Amino acid sequence: MNQTLASRAKAELPELRRRFPGLFAPDAKLRFRIRSILFVLFALVALAVWRLDVDSGRLVSGFGRLVHFLSLMLPPSPGGWDRFLLFAQALAETVAIAFLGTLMASILAFPLGLLAARNATVNRFVLFASRRLLDSVRGVDTLIWALIWVGVVGLGPFAGVLAVMTGDVGALGKLFADAVEAADEKPAEGVTAAGGNRIQAILFGVLPQAAPVIAAQALYFFESNTRSATIIGVVGAGGIGLHLSEQIRTLEWPTVSFLVLMILAAVIAIDALSSRLRAMMIGGARAGCDQV
Amino acid sequence: MLRPLPALLLAPLVQRYAATVAGRRRRFYRILAGLALAALVSSWVAEVDLPLLWRKGDGFFSYFDRIFTFDSGDMRGRRVFSDPVEWFWGLKKWLLLLLDTLLIAYLGTLLGTLGALGLCFAAARNLTPASWIRIAAKRILEFCRTVPEVVFALIFVIAFGLGPLPGVLALALHSMGALGKQFGETVENIDPKPIEGVAASGGNWVQIVMFGALPQVLSVFVSNCLLRFEINVRSASVMGFVGAGGIGQTLLEAIRKFYYADVSAILALILATVMAIDSLSGWLRRRLLDAGRTS
Repeated sequence: MNQTLASRAKAELPELRRRFPGLFAPDAKLRFRIRSILFVLFALVALAVWRLDVDSGRLVSGFGRLVHFLSLMLPPSPGGWDRFLLFAQALAETVAIAFLGTLMASILAFPLGLLAARNATVNRFVLFASRRLLDSVRGVDTLIWALIWVGVVGLGPFAGVLAVMTGDVGALGKLFADAVEAADEKPAEGVTAAGGNRIQAILFGVLPQAAPVIAAQALYFFESNTRSATIIGVVGAGGIGLHLSEQIRTLEWPTVSFLVLMILAAVIAIDALSSRLRAMMIGGARAGCDQV
Repeated sequence: MLRPLPALLLAPLVQRYAATVAGRRRRFYRILAGLALAALVSSWVAEVDLPLLWRKGDGFFSYFDRIFTFDSGDMRGRRVFSDPVEWFWGLKKWLLLLLDTLLIAYLGTLLGTLGALGLCFAAARNLTPASWIRIAAKRILEFCRTVPEVVFALIFVIAFGLGPLPGVLALALHSMGALGKQFGETVENIDPKPIEGVAASGGNWVQIVMFGALPQVLSVFVSNCLLRFEINVRSASVMGFVGAGGIGQTLLEAIRKFYYADVSAILALILATVMAIDSLSGWLRRRLLDAGRTS
C-alpha cells in the first residue's frame, strides 16, 4: 500500500516540477547566505587549527594517553580513611564557600540591581554608572578575582568566599535589575495613587513582584557556584580544588576519580535540593497571584 | 458610596486576613533564621575572618590603585592613563594571545555544539523511544556539564601537553554537556505534527530529525550556542592558569610577579573583548529570534 503510494507520488514528480517550477527552484539568496555563513565558520576553524597548532599526531597520542589514564582511574579510591575525611572536609568547605559567596553576592547585588533598573534608579547618571560597574565586574572570571583576593587576605577558603562573592555580584546585579525592570507598573502606580512616595512605590509595588524571581536566581547561582567553588582551590583559595589539582599533578588517578565522584555527588545533591526549593518558591508566588 | 460590611460579617474576614499575614510573616522569619544558621555554620567551615577583612580589606581597593600606577621605568609612580603607549607596551603580543583565547572559545563551542547535536536528539523523549539510550545520553551530558572545565583542562594538559589544545577540548566537553541539556529540552517541547508528518510519509529517523525537528529548533539552538560562546570566552581567558593556552598564562604571571601596570592593561583588554563579544552576540541573537518569530 505504502509502497505503491510512494511510487505513484514519485511518478508524478516530473509533472509537478514542470507545472510549478517556482516551488522547486532553489532559493538563490538563501543558498548564498547559507554558503557564506558556512564559509566563515570553516575559515575560522582553519585559522584556529593553524594558530592553536592542533595536529593529528598530538591528538592521537593524547587520546591514547587519556584512555590509559582512564583505565588507571578504576577503581576510584581515596587511598585511606584519613584522606577520605580530609577530602570530605574540603568538600564541606567548597559548599560553604559557594553558599556564603552567593549569599553575600545577593546582599550586595540587591541595592546595585535596584540602582541599575530603569524604573527604580535615582537618576540617569547613577543608572549608567551602576550598569557599567556591573558589566566590568561580570567580565572578570571568578578565578581572576580569587587570585586578587588571595593577595589581599592570604591563602585559604576566606579568599574563595570573597572571590565567589565578587565574581557573582556583576551577574546577579544585572539579573536583579532585569527582574525589577520586568515588573508590572500597575501595582507601583496604585501605591502612588494611594499617596505613597517613590520609595514606598518600589517597596510595595515593584519588589513583591521581583522578589521570587530574585530568590530563584540566587538559588540557581548557588548551584552553579558549587561548581566554580570546586576550582578556585587551583589558585589556593580553599576547597576541594586544591586537593584535586594536587592529585592530578602527582598522577594519583584513583584518587582523582574519587574526588570527581565526590564533586558530582555534591553538585547533584545541591541541584536536587535547590530545584525543589525553586519550584516551591515560584509555585508559591504563582499560587498567590494567578491561580487558575 | 462604598458601604462597609456590617461588623458581624467583617470580623471573620479581618481575622482570616490577620492570620494569613501572620502566617506569611512567620514563614519569612523561619526562612531568615534558617539562612542565618546556615551562614553561621558555613562561615565557621570556610574560616571567615571578618576582623581580617576589616584590617586588610583596603588592600582590595588599594590593589586597584596599584595596578593603575606604573611600577617601573621612567614613569614610575604616575597613573597609567597618562601614557597609554607605555601602559600597553605589549599590545601586539597580548592581542595575539587574545586572538588565541577567542579561537579556543570558538573551536571549543563549535566542537561542543557538534557533540551536543549528536546527543540531544538521542536524549529527547519524543524522538528516541528506547529508554536505555535516552538515559545513557542524559547521564553523559550530566557528567560533562557537572565537572568544571578547569578540571577537564587539568587532566587534558597532562594527556595532551601544555598549550591551547587541552583548553579547546576541555571547553568542548563542558559545552557539550551544557548545550546538550538545553538542546534536549528545546527538542522535547517542539510541535509533534511535522514529525508525525515526516514519519507518516515514510521518513526514517534521520529524515524525521532533519526535516521534522531541526527546522523548528534551529534558531533557538544558534541562540544558545552564541550565549555559550560568550561564556566560553570568559572561561578561555583563565584556561592559561592551568597551562591550557590563551592569555591566562600571561595574566597569571603578571599577577604573581606583581607587574601591576601589566595586570590592569591585560584586564582592560579582556574586559573590552568580553564586552564587544557580548554586544555582538546579543545583537545577533536578537536578530535571530526576531527572524524566527516572523517566519
